[in-house]
Amino acid sequence: MNNLLVLPVLLPMAVAVFLMFFRKRVALQRIVSLIGSIANVAVAIAIVLRVRSEGILTLQLGGWEPPYGIPFVADMFAALLVLAASITGLGVLLYSFASISREREEHHYYTFFHFLLVGVYGSFMTGDIFNLFVFFEVMLISSYALITLGGSKKQMREAPKYLLINILSSTLFVAGVAYLYASAGTLNMAHLSLRIAEAGQGGVLNVIGLLFLIVFALKAGLFLFFWLPNAYGAPPFAVRALFGGLLTKVGLYAIVRTFTLIFPNDPSFTNNWIAGMAAATMILGGIGAVAYRDIPRILNYNVLIGVGFVAFGLSTGTRDGMDGVVFYMLHDILSKGLMFVLGGMLIAAAGSDRLDRMGGLIRSRPGLGWMFFILALALTGIPPLSGFAGKVLIVRGGLEEGMLTLSLIALASSLLTLYSLIKIFREAFWGTEPETLDSVDEEDAEIVESLGANSREDGPSVVLRKKQTVLANSAAVLLLLFVIGIGVAANSVHGFASQAGETLANPGLYIEAVLKE
Amino acid sequence: MEWIMAIAVGALFMIGVYLILSRSMLRVILGTSLLTHGVHLLLLTMAGLKRGAAPILGSGGDSYADPLPQALILTSIVINFGITALYFVLAYRAYQTRGTDEIDGMDASGKEAES
Repeated sequence: MNNLLVLPVLLPMAVAVFLMFFRKRVALQRIVSLIGSIANVAVAIAIVLRVRSEGILTLQLGGWEPPYGIPFVADMFAALLVLAASITGLGVLLYSFASISREREEHHYYTFFHFLLVGVYGSFMTGDIFNLFVFFEVMLISSYALITLGGSKKQMREAPKYLLINILSSTLFVAGVAYLYASAGTLNMAHLSLRIAEAGQGGVLNVIGLLFLIVFALKAGLFLFFWLPNAYGAPPFAVRALFGGLLTKVGLYAIVRTFTLIFPNDPSFTNNWIAGMAAATMILGGIGAVAYRDIPRILNYNVLIGVGFVAFGLSTGTRDGMDGVVFYMLHDILSKGLMFVLGGMLIAAAGSDRLDRMGGLIRSRPGLGWMFFILALALTGIPPLSGFAGKVLIVRGGLEEGMLTLSLIALASSLLTLYSLIKIFREAFWGTEPETLDSVDEEDAEIVESLGANSREDGPSVVLRKKQTVLANSAAVLLLLFVIGIGVAANSVHGFASQAGETLANPGLYIEAVLKE
Repeated sequence: MEWIMAIAVGALFMIGVYLILSRSMLRVILGTSLLTHGVHLLLLTMAGLKRGAAPILGSGGDSYADPLPQALILTSIVINFGITALYFVLAYRAYQTRGTDEIDGMDASGKEAES
């Protein structure tokens, strides 16, 4: 029994429930949240180290014999993702202190923040497909609350659509579970994998596999992403950092888990679908990122490019591809969180989210400018930053399989990432400052309000309190250190990633660990 | 028996999809609610419809009913009850804030609907 495994779920849940009772006491909420998040990072590190030395850990909840009970399983993949998610959670929490308005803080912002993390960690750790659905719902319901909290006009426009699309995909998820239970008679993922391998995956089971692909692709923004750019533009930036860094990655994790463990037996069929969707995501995401001139949309489309890249790595089906998927997801969770934090700081500094209204910020905020520049290089995959190793591994996997077109698309999408982010860098930080506008227009005023800052009477720029700037900077620096650190220490991180990739490539290891008793 | 269930599930899905495709938020919410009911029936049917005793050891009877799908449906009902309630409240708030019940809130010229 490894009771350690339940802690990543239990800790944020305890914090969230505790915070419910202290709605008005913001200072207390902040301190408890911070302690909880730091403890979570510590627990995640402990789990990663134990998985490193002892192999896959399992916990049969309630002591039910497998495959009857619900197991929690920490293989290296899940453990690393929990670690990356908890670090991003800590960074975003610091940024929330700086940017979330007091009114939101008093209306259970931190409670929902921690409940969202419960869902994220639970989805990574669970070994039962219906339990995965439940943790998805925990995560989604918190995200419904976070996307609506504040009740601005824009949020009220986007939130109903966001709810609808997620309710639909959850409904299909339950339908998929029903079909799977009818054809395999079990819901334990390891047991499912065994049964499906015995029955021979084809026909009906392939269709069920594709149903799950649709469900998870809707949540991850893989090809079925039409809802994402608008929905992610509604909430405050700290919430976007959570969504962009964590929510889409949970969908991706589910795709990777499903197609390496449950439906791995007909790769020529499933991988073709995933590869096609990945290519479309990278192309459309790249076009979107280049086309728009307002920062939120550029950043949202960059989230999509990352999603497409991971799916491409999965569709190669090679060992290198799997290592790359693990590596790139770690990078993506951290750097997409950082991207939205920096984007939020940039918009707070400029007082507008449109590039046309910015310029010359390098003079007043040089630190922010260079952090953004480093991030742009990291997302593109320039060595020695974190994106490089993952991209190399994934593209090498693709070339091994002779997927030349897709590898080229993947590389081209990196160029589009670079172009879109350098466009922000060039126009916002270089150039001349825009003339002071006579009045703040409605949209800018809403942005300023959503950043929790006070707008100056005479223009759109924002005056942040000193403490807020320090907190926001520390959040960005924390995440940036990890983005650089993963890249510089790529060799030792690769050791961990390849242990994770090994489990993904040989589902037998996972099955044996869960069903051994 | 299964074919009756199949028709019921199909009908619920059909009506649910039709309602979701309409513009009024109230109808959309009712549509999601019907869809979920359809899925619950599907879950019950797919797991096999059979008569049997409660699955308790020593309670007698040769055949036992499968308790798992019922547990799944119960979980799913609870989740959907919560979400539907939330969705109704959100729809009302959105109506108050935006002054329209339409989910997209756009008129033909693409502008935010007034009144």
